[in-house]
Amino acid sequence: MSFSIEMILFGFLLVMAVVIGKQRNLFAASMLMGIFSLIAAGLFSLMDAQDVAFTEASVGAGMSTVLFLATLALMPNEEKERKFSWSALAVVTVTGAALIYGTIDMPLYGDPLAPVHQHIATHFLEDSWTEIGLPNIVTSVLASYRGFDTFGELAVVFTAGVGVTLILGIPGGYTDEVSPTGNPVHINEMPVVRAVSKALLPFILLFALYVQAHGDFGPGGGFQAGVILATGYILYALVWGSTELERVIPRGVVERITSVGVLFYGGVGVFSMISGFSFLDYSAIDPEHPAHGQHLGIFLVELGVGITVSAVMIVIYYVFTARGVRGLLEPER
Amino acid sequence: MSLLDHLPVLLVIGPLLCAPLLVLIRIPSVVRWLAQAVVTATAAGAFWLVQTVNEPISYRMGGWTPPVGIEYRVDKVAALVALVVTSVAAIALLIGHKAARDTVIKGRLHLFYAAYLLCLTGLLGMTMTGDAFNVFVFLEISSLSTYALVAMGRRRNAFVAAFNYLVLGTIGGTFVLIGIGLMFQMTGTLNMADLAERLVEARDTRTIHVALAFMLIGLSVKLAVFPLHQWLPNAYAESPSAVSTFLAGSATKVVYFQLMRVIFTLFGASYIFGEARLGTLLVPLSLLAMFLGSAAAVYQSSLKRLLAYSSIAQVGYLTLALALGTEEGLRAGLLHLMAHAVTKAGMFAVVAIIVDRLGTDHIAALQGLSRRMPITAGLLVLGGIGLIGVPGTAGFVSKLALVDAALGAEHVFVAGAILMSSLIAVVYVWRVVEVMYFKTESEGPRLRERPASFVPAGIFLALMLGMGLYSEPAFELARAGASQLFGGMP
Repeated sequence: MSFSIEMILFGFLLVMAVVIGKQRNLFAASMLMGIFSLIAAGLFSLMDAQDVAFTEASVGAGMSTVLFLATLALMPNEEKERKFSWSALAVVTVTGAALIYGTIDMPLYGDPLAPVHQHIATHFLEDSWTEIGLPNIVTSVLASYRGFDTFGELAVVFTAGVGVTLILGIPGGYTDEVSPTGNPVHINEMPVVRAVSKALLPFILLFALYVQAHGDFGPGGGFQAGVILATGYILYALVWGSTELERVIPRGVVERITSVGVLFYGGVGVFSMISGFSFLDYSAIDPEHPAHGQHLGIFLVELGVGITVSAVMIVIYYVFTARGVRGLLEPER
Repeated sequence: MSLLDHLPVLLVIGPLLCAPLLVLIRIPSVVRWLAQAVVTATAAGAFWLVQTVNEPISYRMGGWTPPVGIEYRVDKVAALVALVVTSVAAIALLIGHKAARDTVIKGRLHLFYAAYLLCLTGLLGMTMTGDAFNVFVFLEISSLSTYALVAMGRRRNAFVAAFNYLVLGTIGGTFVLIGIGLMFQMTGTLNMADLAERLVEARDTRTIHVALAFMLIGLSVKLAVFPLHQWLPNAYAESPSAVSTFLAGSATKVVYFQLMRVIFTLFGASYIFGEARLGTLLVPLSLLAMFLGSAAAVYQSSLKRLLAYSSIAQVGYLTLALALGTEEGLRAGLLHLMAHAVTKAGMFAVVAIIVDRLGTDHIAALQGLSRRMPITAGLLVLGGIGLIGVPGTAGFVSKLALVDAALGAEHVFVAGAILMSSLIAVVYVWRVVEVMYFKTESEGPRLRERPASFVPAGIFLALMLGMGLYSEPAFELARAGASQLFGGMP
C-alpha cells in the first residue's frame, strides 16, 4: 500500500521537475520548487527518514523559497528565451541512462539483507544504546559516530555565509519590499498579514527551541532548529522590513554570531584533545561515565550547529535584500 | 596522546577554527598576521609530518573504531600532498596581503582571509581523511570558498568566471557524491580501507561500475582533465593573483591525489587498468590535453590565460603518469605534482608582480620588460625554463621520470609524445621572452622593482631549482609514497 503512495509521489516529483524546467516565469518556478521540496520531504518521511524529511521541508521548501523571492525582487520576472540545446539533452540522457543502468544490480527497495543494513548499521542499532544512550540513533550517528562530518557540514554552512557576504555584502540600506510580482502595496499595510505573522512568531521561535532540544529523542537537532529560528526572524523582516529587523538584531552582530557556533563545536573537540582523548571524543567531558559525556557533548555541538546555521541564514537574507539599494553588483574598488 | 598523534587533525582544524576567529576579530592588521601565522604553522606541521610518517598514521575521530567512526589516515603520499598544499598556501598568502588590499572591498578584508583559510581547510581535510564521505564534505568547503575567492578578481568578468566554475564544480561534486552513495549502497561502509576490502566482492555489479564512472568523471571535472577543463582558464585568469597562485599549486593537486586513491586504494591498479581498461581512455585523453592545452597556450594574449592553458597540458602529464598503471608511473606522477606545483605557482607569483606594476597581464604590454623590470623579467624566464623542463629544473626531473616510466611500460610512442609536447612549451615560453627582450616599439619607462615583492616568486623558483639540482629528497619521497600507494592499503 505504502509502496503505491511512494510511486505516486515519485510521479509527482517527475512531473514537477519537467514543469519547473519548462516554466519561464521565475516567480512560479520558485514556488514550484518549494512544492518539489515538500513532496521530496513527504517521500523521505515515508522512507522513515524523519530527520532528513524535516531538513528538506525547512531548508528546501522554506528557506530556499524565501531566498529565491528575495533575489527575484531585484530581477525581471520572466526568463530570457533560451535556445534548445541538443548536446545538453544528450548529456542529460546519457547520465540518466547510466544511473538507471546502475539500479539493475541494486538490492531491492527495503531489502533487510542489503549491505547498508548489514555492516556498520548493525553496530549503530545494537551498540549505540550502551555507548551513547540516545533514543534517536540518527542523532548519535550524526553528532557522535560521524561528528566530524557534521563539524565539516557546519563549516560548509559557515563558508556559504562567508562567501555570500564576501561577494555581495555591500554595506548599505535594504530593498525592504520583497514583491516580485511588482505589487506596490507594502506587505505590512495588510492587516491580515500583520496579525497572522505576529501571532505566529512566538510559536515559531518556541518551536525552534523545542526542535533544538528534542533532537536526542525525536527528529530534530541543530540544523533544523537553526533554520526554523532564522525563519522566524526572516518572517519578521518580510513583513516589517529588514531595517526593522536590524533594530532587533544588527547585521554586524549576526555576522559575528555565524562564527560563534563553529568555534563552539570546535571548542568541544579541542577540549577532548586537551583532556588526552581524540578530537570530538565526548567521553572526555565525563570520563567516569562515557555515555553521560556523550550526551552532554552531543547537546553542546548541536547547540553550536543551531547558532551558526540560524545566524548564517539571517546573514544571507540580509545580504540578499541589501543588494538592490546601491546599484547592482558594482562594488567600489 | 602526544602532540604528534594529533598532528593530522591539528593541521585541518587549525585553519578551520582560525577562519571564524578572523570573522570575530575583523581588525585588518591583526587578521592579516594571524592568518599568515596559522597558514605558516600548518606548513611547518606538514613538514614535520612528512619527516615522521613511515607506516600510515591512523587517527580515530571521536574515539570511534573505524569503520564505525571516521578515520584520518595519513600515509607518505598524503603527507607529501599536505606539504605541497600548505607551503604553496603560506607563500601565496604573502602576495595576498597586497592584492587583498587592492581588490577586496574595504571592510571585508577579514572575509577574504577567512575564505582563504577555509579553502586550505577543505584541501587539507580531503588529503588527510580516510573516509569517502568525509572527502566530499571537505571538497564542499574548499569548493565554496574557492568560488568566492575567484569572484574577488579585479575585473567584472571574475563574477562570470566564478559562476561558471560554481556550476561545473557543483556538477563535479555531485557526481562524486553519487559515486560515494552508490558504493555505500553496495558495501555498507564509507571507510576507504574497509571499502577497498568489500569492493573486491561488489565490484562486478553494474551499480559499482556506474559508481566508479561517476567518481572518475566527477574528479576529472575538478581536476580539469581534458575535455572537462572549460572552467579552468577563466577561473585562473580572473581570480586575484594570490588566489591563482594558491589554486595553481594546490587545488588540482589534491584532486589528483583523490583520483590516485580511487584507482590504487579503492579498486587497485590491476582492476582499473586490467578489467576496467581505464588506460585505453585515459592515455589518449592525457595526450590530447598535453598537445591541445599547450597549443592553446601559444595563442593566448594574456599571461594568466597562457599559464592556465599550460596547466591543462600539465594535468595531461599528471593523468598520463597514472594511466601507465605502473609503480614507476605513479612515482613520476608524484614528482610531477611537486615540480608543477612550485613551477606554476612561482610563475603566477611573478605575474602577480607584473599585474601589480603594469596593471595588466597582457603579453603585448610586456614589451621591453627586460629593461623596464629586469629582475621580474628574469624570474619569468626562469619559470618558463622550468615549465619546459630544461635540465637543472624540477620539470626536467619529473619529465625524465615520466619518459622513463613510459618506456618501462613499453609505450615508446607516449614517451615520444612527452618530448614533442615539451617542444610546444618552448614555443609559448619563447613568445613571452621575445616580447620582453626583443620588442621595444612601445617601451615604457623603467619601473622601480621592490625587493620585497620578489619574495614569494623567489621562494617558489628557488624550490624549483633546488628540486632540479638536488633531486634526491624529492625522488626518495616519491619513491616511498608510490610504493606505499601502489601496494594498496596495508
